[in-house]
Amino acid sequence: MFGTFTGLPGSLFDDLGRLQRELDDALGRWPTTAELRSPSVGSWPPLNIGATPERVDIYLFAPGLDPEALDISIQQNLLTIAGERRIERGDETRWYRTERYSGEFRRALTLPEDVDPDRVDASYRDGILQVTVHRRQSAQPRRISVS
Amino acid sequence: MTTQAETNNPDLAARRDTAALRPPVDILEDAEGITVMADMPGVAKERLHVHVDANNLQIDGEARIELPEGAEALHADVRTTHFSRSFTLSNELEPDKIDARLKDGVLTLRIPKHPEQRPRKIEVRAG
Repeated sequence: MFGTFTGLPGSLFDDLGRLQRELDDALGRWPTTAELRSPSVGSWPPLNIGATPERVDIYLFAPGLDPEALDISIQQNLLTIAGERRIERGDETRWYRTERYSGEFRRALTLPEDVDPDRVDASYRDGILQVTVHRRQSAQPRRISVS
Repeated sequence: MTTQAETNNPDLAARRDTAALRPPVDILEDAEGITVMADMPGVAKERLHVHVDANNLQIDGEARIELPEGAEALHADVRTTHFSRSFTLSNELEPDKIDARLKDGVLTLRIPKHPEQRPRKIEVRAG
């Protein structure tokens, strides 16, 4: 099953609202409340989170990583993903642009409370790390038949 | 992988006008040529297009994300799956000999210089 995040909820007004908040944050105009573990806007790697009643999928857009060197851990519903992408930029060549992120990263995510920390899968393909956390059965909607 | 153009790909051309991500790049030069590295996460070889037209180098890619059916977005830093970026090539480069590699979402392009155009060390004679 394949899809994109383009058609998902999130209207133009959401985007404008987000832009407004980011501008306000950047300019320090208003006292804002942020989650303690949330990173600053524009942190690397960017990530998306999608949820269904059965599972929560986290996508990290982190190309050029060594998947062996990733440190993924979950404590109840707090998922932490840490790693490093070190780009060696020697002096022997002339560098015109160095826009790609180089260094360590850590993202901590508070997931919905019904996730099951014992059922987590992770895969790395084409530079996207996908972490799938399954949700507890009891939290899923059940059809109740009338006898 | 081919560096030759996908000449008739109207879908790609149409998408170029819509919102696209500008992939971050590293560009470095040595005596033999220029290397461009671009971050294009989620782009597989089949969905990457490197196109050279005269002096214009165009890079396009379409990321594929495996999303379960009916998923709702709780958070989305990335809101489009199309990557696009272009560069102008200077005359001393050989666009016919571009070598393109894609590994783990990182595109590496090697653009060699014409052998006769490579930098020469100029000896200063004592006079």
